[in-house]
Amino acid sequence: MIATGNPDVKTARRPREGGRRFPLHWIGAFPFLLYVGLFLLLPTVIVIVGAFAGKDGPTLSNITELNQEFVLNAFVASLLVSTASAVVGAVAGALLAYAVATGNPRGVLRRVVTSACGVLAQFGGVTLAFAFIATIGSVGFVTLWLQDRGLNIYAHGVWLTELPGLVLVYTYFQIPLMVLVFLPALDGIRPQWREATESLGGGTWHYWRYVAGPLLAPAFLGATLLLFANAFSAYATAAALISQGNPIVPIAISNFLTSETGRANPGLAQALALGMVVIVAIVMTTYALLQRRTSRWLR
Amino acid sequence: MSGALRRLGILAGALTLLTACGTSNAANTSAASAKSAADVGGMDALVAAAKKEGTLNVIALPPDWANYGVTITAFQNKYGIHVNSAAPNDSSQQEVDAIGTLAGTTRAPDVVDVGMAVALKNVDRFAPYQVSTWSDIPASSKEPTGLWVQDYSGAMAIGYDSSKVPAITSIQDLLGSAFQSKVALPGNALGSNQAVNAIMEASLNNGGSLDDISKGVDFFKQLKAKGNWVNVIGTTATVKEGTTPVLFEWDYNSQTHVKDVSTWKLFLPANPVVAAYAQAINKGAPHPAAARLWEEYLYSNAGQNEFLRGGAHPVRMAAMTASGSVDAAAAAALPPVKGTPVFMSDDQAAAANAYLKDNWSKAMG
Amino acid sequence: MTRARRLRLRVFRTIVLVLGGAFFLVPIGAMFEFSTRGNHVGAPRTLDAWTTIVTYPDLLGAIRDSLGLAAITSVAMVVLLLPTMIWVRLRLPRLKRTIEFLCLLPLTIPAIVLVVGLSPVYRWMAINLVDTIFLLSFAYVILVLPFAYRALDAGLSAIDVKTLSEAARSLGAGWGTVMFRVIAPNMSSALLNACLLSVALVLGEFTFANLLSYLNLQVEIFQLGLANAGTSIAVSVASLMFAFILLVILAFFGRVRARVAPERAGLPFPGAAGGGLR
Repeated sequence: MIATGNPDVKTARRPREGGRRFPLHWIGAFPFLLYVGLFLLLPTVIVIVGAFAGKDGPTLSNITELNQEFVLNAFVASLLVSTASAVVGAVAGALLAYAVATGNPRGVLRRVVTSACGVLAQFGGVTLAFAFIATIGSVGFVTLWLQDRGLNIYAHGVWLTELPGLVLVYTYFQIPLMVLVFLPALDGIRPQWREATESLGGGTWHYWRYVAGPLLAPAFLGATLLLFANAFSAYATAAALISQGNPIVPIAISNFLTSETGRANPGLAQALALGMVVIVAIVMTTYALLQRRTSRWLR
Repeated sequence: MSGALRRLGILAGALTLLTACGTSNAANTSAASAKSAADVGGMDALVAAAKKEGTLNVIALPPDWANYGVTITAFQNKYGIHVNSAAPNDSSQQEVDAIGTLAGTTRAPDVVDVGMAVALKNVDRFAPYQVSTWSDIPASSKEPTGLWVQDYSGAMAIGYDSSKVPAITSIQDLLGSAFQSKVALPGNALGSNQAVNAIMEASLNNGGSLDDISKGVDFFKQLKAKGNWVNVIGTTATVKEGTTPVLFEWDYNSQTHVKDVSTWKLFLPANPVVAAYAQAINKGAPHPAAARLWEEYLYSNAGQNEFLRGGAHPVRMAAMTASGSVDAAAAAALPPVKGTPVFMSDDQAAAANAYLKDNWSKAMG
Repeated sequence: MTRARRLRLRVFRTIVLVLGGAFFLVPIGAMFEFSTRGNHVGAPRTLDAWTTIVTYPDLLGAIRDSLGLAAITSVAMVVLLLPTMIWVRLRLPRLKRTIEFLCLLPLTIPAIVLVVGLSPVYRWMAINLVDTIFLLSFAYVILVLPFAYRALDAGLSAIDVKTLSEAARSLGAGWGTVMFRVIAPNMSSALLNACLLSVALVLGEFTFANLLSYLNLQVEIFQLGLANAGTSIAVSVASLMFAFILLVILAFFGRVRARVAPERAGLPFPGAAGGGLR
């Protein structure tokens, strides 16, 4: 199939532009690139440069300071929490999106669910942490309700304010984000695929395993990576939920950026930020490669 | 090329701003360098100049911290000056940082209320000013030229919900089985002044000293081992909700929970840790007259009594009690301080923080 | 579809939707329950926290500012993103991956990192342009990019942008007409979706406003929370409900998303042009 906007086709149709095509067309993209460059890339570069800045000029001391136990622990914890919440959010979100996509596209349910997801995907921070404390904290009403029925979920210690609790709280905004991101892909499922599978004698399992699954896989994996990056950079919720220490990297960054007790170490904070940017860059590059690979065999 | 253009732009912008402000605010340029009300021409002139500015920027003043909410409203009503209260949860360091990052804008903080450690380190950002009631303030509570002046202090107390836990008579009670999953700190030990002072108080009551915070860390480690420790930052909301029924806090903060939990009581151990906060005026304050008027108000009887009603110990307490202008009912309601209050010096605080940095995460996981 | 399969699908949908509904509604219910508590065990429920909302003048100002920010951000997002996306689709297809990548970055760079870098930029703007809270829109447009891009891309993929634009141009339309009078009306529901997502984001944004010392809705809620826990939770619930109702109402006003047969777009199935993830 011919993809729209194939450059060969354009060249054939506008021979008089010849080699001067470059400057005219690229100007159209300038406003956006300029804006993003100024408000997104420039700040990132400032932070990256700051990671190498010492009191007397460029230095690697901030980077070498990263080699401490609590820093490595924070990165490992961040990666674990992000991966877990991304996987759980992706699976649960995909199921919820499928439940919505198979319904009436004009229906009330779909509009209500997508609106709710639009709102809840942004819900976070102190209020979300508090909502969970009020629900399932040590005196939350779900906890007490379960206790009345003889089930003590905190028999081995309160896990809500540790990393497992953080994963649970993160899924509260990961699932809506997944629905928002994955629903368009599910909308692309055509009934003809199902009919084709059935006419060839396949059942539901064959359909999902050999037809719909592989076709949706790149979208699903891409969305999961997105969820991972989202959880990795989330800060406000964790800060409100986990009170002590440097459990994950964004909290460590904020602890070092500003401290009432004179422990501020902006250089180390920016080095930590550089570490985060590097990890995110790796994830996003993987995502881009994934997109390119799978879109190649989708053509 | 673009750098020169930018500089030109900034220069043009600055000149425009200066000419716009310069002609109308002759009084303000003198307010910016005024070292006392007399320099501006007396209190009335100061009030007039401040009203002309019309706005005051404050930062990191939570409404229920030492009754600041009431103080701000009273100041607004008395002088008709609108108060912008930004970033209520900022730490002292963040307040001083904001002076830098917002310098030159109209939102830069005019005044800051910071802990002593931060105040001592940042005197180069402050402007000296002596309030009318200068002589009432003890010499140990102020910088000689008025770069920073303490405004109130409080003692580290243990607040508790008496309907959920038995009455506390000593810190060791917290290790008992009645306190399962109940004890919390009001901040992160690695960044919160309140939390550090709470741990120091635990240390003092467990064989430690102002130079040795390790016994405090051990105490909290024990709390955690017994399952009495709650890993949630205690706030007004968590106190009301019930997750943190026992909370270390400055006594003036602890008092505010009574309106949410009518059975909330305070316990003050003997020889408690106290700490004072200090007011300072930003050297580059966008509203210098309003900033100075604010300080005048805070150190007036009205302002100091507001602190008192908020449960804090105002710095002019001794003088006000002597002259009879203190709010007697509020003074009587202050939790009694047994023994001699102690406070960490700058060096002791630095040593405590260094110790916590290396050992708190290891102890508390 | 066979009856058995229809039944299975129905059961699956019911279970998922009920579980999902419970998971998302229970914490909000807990917040509402907390906001109606009295001040001691056994005290009667009270709506005091809700009625005191109107007595906080700063709150109303913050609501007004946040709504203004939401409107400005939506408009700025459409003006910045829509022409760029259309242009890239028509003339610069090689740039599509880059644009998509750039639009995903804001989700992945932590706010505290961005703010450290943005502070000097904001300071310059506050001194040399005008110092108002609406400057936050610049940063908010960036934050909104991941969601808006996705929504607009879905809309653009469903219509034949090339044919539409060529037809309009051949009739003498300028690019402005093509973009805003020909293409935009054909993807109105996607546009609406993008705007609604922007509104939801702006109303829920806290970190940037707080770190840059502005007073928007969430910062005021937070400040309220330090004074009166019940009221701040009440306001949070109210703002969630408000954003939700706004989105639902506007969703009913938008045109129904037409399911365009993919053959018309010249693709094997939707999504091929942009890879799997739109």
